[in-house]
Amino acid sequence: MTAADRRSHRPSGQPRLSLIEVFPQPDRQQLSLSGKLIFAEAGEIWTDVSARIATLEKGDRIDFDMSRVDAIDGGTMALLVHLRSELAARGVRAEFAGAGADVQALIHLYRGDIRASRRVRQRAESTFSQLGRSTIHFFHELRGILGFLGNSVLAAVGLLREPKTGNWKQLAPTMERAGADAVPIVVLINFLVGFVMAFQGATQLKQFGANVYVADLVGLSVTRELGPLMTAIILCGRSGAAFAAELGSMSVSEEIDALRTMGFGPIRYLVLPRTLALMLVLPLLTLLGDLVGIIGGLVVGVTSLGLTVGGYLSETQKAVSMWDVFSGLIKSVIFAIAISVIACQQGMATTGGAEGVGRRTTASVVSTLFALIIIDAGFTVFFHAFHL
Amino acid sequence: MSEPMIKVEGLTMGWPGPAGAPVILQQDATFDVARGEVFAILGGSGCGKSTLLRYLVGLESPLGGEIAIAGLGRPNLEVGRPPFGVMFQSGALFGSLTVGENIGLSLEQWTDLPYEAIAAIVLAKLKLVGLEGAENRYPAELSGGMKKRAAIARAMALEPELIFLDEPSAGLDPVSAVELDQLILTLNKVLGLTVVLVTHELPSIFKIAQRCIMLDKETKSIIATGDPCELRDHSDDPRVRDFFNRRPRSV
Ligand SMILES: Nc1ncnc2c1ncn2[C@@H]1O[C@H](COP(=O)(O)OP(=O)(O)OP(=O)(O)O)[C@@H](O)[C@H]1O
Ligand SMILES: [Mg+2]
Repeated sequence: MTAADRRSHRPSGQPRLSLIEVFPQPDRQQLSLSGKLIFAEAGEIWTDVSARIATLEKGDRIDFDMSRVDAIDGGTMALLVHLRSELAARGVRAEFAGAGADVQALIHLYRGDIRASRRVRQRAESTFSQLGRSTIHFFHELRGILGFLGNSVLAAVGLLREPKTGNWKQLAPTMERAGADAVPIVVLINFLVGFVMAFQGATQLKQFGANVYVADLVGLSVTRELGPLMTAIILCGRSGAAFAAELGSMSVSEEIDALRTMGFGPIRYLVLPRTLALMLVLPLLTLLGDLVGIIGGLVVGVTSLGLTVGGYLSETQKAVSMWDVFSGLIKSVIFAIAISVIACQQGMATTGGAEGVGRRTTASVVSTLFALIIIDAGFTVFFHAFHL
Repeated sequence: MSEPMIKVEGLTMGWPGPAGAPVILQQDATFDVARGEVFAILGGSGCGKSTLLRYLVGLESPLGGEIAIAGLGRPNLEVGRPPFGVMFQSGALFGSLTVGENIGLSLEQWTDLPYEAIAAIVLAKLKLVGLEGAENRYPAELSGGMKKRAAIARAMALEPELIFLDEPSAGLDPVSAVELDQLILTLNKVLGLTVVLVTHELPSIFKIAQRCIMLDKETKSIIATGDPCELRDHSDDPRVRDFFNRRPRSV
């Protein structure tokens, strides 16, 4: 439907606005409105009036003549009042004139009869200042997370002194949700990682007739790097997001505040059991992931490289030392702490209702992934430097 | 006279603003609440009544001034059991626990009572607020007024000598509201409970509050302190009289 069509649907069938110069002074104009001004046609009224007043300049004066208005509704009045303050901001004085009692009441309701205040327009932020602000924001968040980590350590020490005050009841259910329920996805992903890596490696190694070294490739990369990292990423997406959303919605509904006023420190009561659960569960899941990753490689080795099961396994045993597996498990404990602490910190920092919960949950997953990669790189450098 | 239950001196409430300077909500508030008193915090919507409660119970640290509860200074929520119960404006029941578990939580944490004893206390508290039979329901299954009453029961769980109630009767039907007023008065008379409450219900203020303060948003200060009936009839501040006589503010 075009604007012209819409115009033809108008009951009166004629243009609503007319600009009449009635006052002799050259600086005063009059905009006369007439008929029924209803919200369904507000778009048109807005465009028309805006066009008529666009040329006014500082020092001009205009009256909105309302004497021929039969009826006007709230939404339309709000728009007129807005245009009036827009004019005031440009230094144009605009007033409503000649309104009947009903219309005048509505003008009053929308504050169209008091002095229009000049609103300061906000300038769009420059790229430079946006960049600065996000840098500050980043360090602010980092400080929040590190401070939270410190408080968690203190709370953990306090808990060791008085183990009776812990929320041990929550440990088992959290371990079940974060651990047992994650088994299928951990198995599937790690199997595929081992499988794909063996496949990619095989094409290269075949060229040198070094088929059997697929076992070394898969065994080492899965136990040292990919098993712990992949499993941690899965846990971050499942449990980290769940923790952030849980604690986030508890924050916005004042439940965390209520807990605090009942003398339950939220870190001791909510964060420690979750962190401990992940610290227990993630190494176990990682071990499982290592195992199925190697099995994934084995399947490729046996089916397409002509290796025997025994040959593949004994090559893996030769290549992978106890320490390779163990170093992966150490990493996974640190990963678990990072996942839980960041998720809980982000959850407890949530403000701003349901939308805030969503935003914080996203932020928590992104920050955690970032932290996992940084920690992993740190470990790699550390192990390399000390020839571990 | 004995020491007041709550002593507030020069309290300034606010938070860091965007431009560095803090945004002040209330400036230099001074008042005290005697032991065994029903004390009302009044004022227009958004003037900072709920925020004042948050400061009193130790959830926020003041920009300036002193708060002392039961002569002990500002409540430290990190150590031990706070000497008061709090009902938040939204109820703030734990959504993952049943109503009974909500009430029993602090009993489990802070007492050595066996399970049956805790269950008995929970039932007694529910009866007190007229919620018999709701102990196994989850907060999401309750109406707004029922949530409020469950939250009051939770705040009363440990028999505190001081209780903070944020709009306890908002959203209750008139009969339940009157019953709640009756309950607050009874607890106050029989147990000597000190009650600090935020409310907009004028009849209930006149009936149960012995003293009140009125906060004002524009001047960011306390504009009246005293007996509400007295203030209604004799205050020389037009804002106070308008509030008590339900007159619209003159623009
Ligand atoms: N930390 C804070 N950061 C930003 N704004 C805040 C903060 N604390 C309080 N406010 C604001 O202070 C104002 C007062 O809120 P408060 O909930 O105390 O009002 P109230 O007097 O309880 O009102 P009502 O009668 O509607 O419950 C609100 O506008 C709120 O947004
Ligand atoms: Mg409030």
